[in-house]
Amino acid sequence: MSKKVAVFRKEHFNAAHRLHNPSWTEAKNDAVFGLCNNPNFHGHNYELIVKITGEIDTATGYVIDLKILSDLVKAEVIDRFDHKNLNLDTAEFLSLNPTAENIAVVIYDLLRLKLDTALELHIRLYETERNFVEYPVN
Amino acid sequence: MVYLTRQEHFNAAHKLFNPKWSKERNEEVFGLCANENWHGHNYDLYVTVKGEPDADTGFLYDVKKLSQLVKQHVIDKLDHKNLNMDVDFMKDKMCSTENLAIAIWQQLAPHLPVEVQLHSIKLYETPRIYVEYFG
Repeated sequence: MSKKVAVFRKEHFNAAHRLHNPSWTEAKNDAVFGLCNNPNFHGHNYELIVKITGEIDTATGYVIDLKILSDLVKAEVIDRFDHKNLNLDTAEFLSLNPTAENIAVVIYDLLRLKLDTALELHIRLYETERNFVEYPVN
Repeated sequence: MVYLTRQEHFNAAHKLFNPKWSKERNEEVFGLCANENWHGHNYDLYVTVKGEPDADTGFLYDVKKLSQLVKQHVIDKLDHKNLNMDVDFMKDKMCSTENLAIAIWQQLAPHLPVEVQLHSIKLYETPRIYVEYFG
C-alpha cells in the first residue's frame, strides 16, 4: 500500500452576506449577530483551502490531478458563490444562515459528491485573515 | 521627515453600477461586480501621515490618536456596511476602490493637527488589488 499524501488547492471568492435568524425579533438578531445583522448586508473576501488526502496513484504519481481539482472547485464553489449575495443569490443559503461554519459544510457536501470515495476531503475556509473554520473535524 | 502608518480593516458589501446606464451596459463594463444584490470584501486600509518628530515626545503623532481618528471617521462608518446604501460620504458616488480611497482621505484630512500632513491612503480591496491616493 502506498503512503497517504495530502494535496491542497487554494481558491478565493468575494461575497456579500447577512447573519440573521428570521424566526427571531430584530432586537434578538442585533443582540446575537451585532454588526453582521446589517439589513443591507456586508461582505468578505473568502479564502478557501481544499485538502485532499489519498494514496499516490502508481501510474500518474498523483493523489489527484490538481487541474481537475481546480476545475471542480471552480465549477462547484467559485462560480456559485463569487461576487454573489449568499443570502439572496444562492439556493444553498435561502433558509440556512451563511455563517463561515455553514458555508464550509455546504462546500464540503458539494465537493464530496464529485470526488472519488477513496479520497478524503477537508475544508478550511477563511472569512477574514483572522477568522477561519475547518470541516470535518478529525 | 518621518512617515507613520496605521493599518486598519473593515468588511463591507458593494456593487459597481452606474444608474445612468442600462443593466446590459453595466454588466458589460463591470462584469460580476455589477451583481444587483451586491458582493463584498475584506478591505485593508493603510493611513500614512508625515512630519517631524516632536522634540518632547519623540512622536510624529500619537498613534493612539491616529487610530481613534481613523476609527471614528472611517471604520465606524464603513465596517459591516453596504457602501452603496449605508455610507453618507459615498452617497451618489461610484463605489470603486479608487473613489473610496479619495473619500477616506477627505474624511481624515480635516481632523489632523497642522503639523501632521496626510501622506497617503493605501486601500486593499483584495489581497491582490489595491489603490493608493496621495492627495
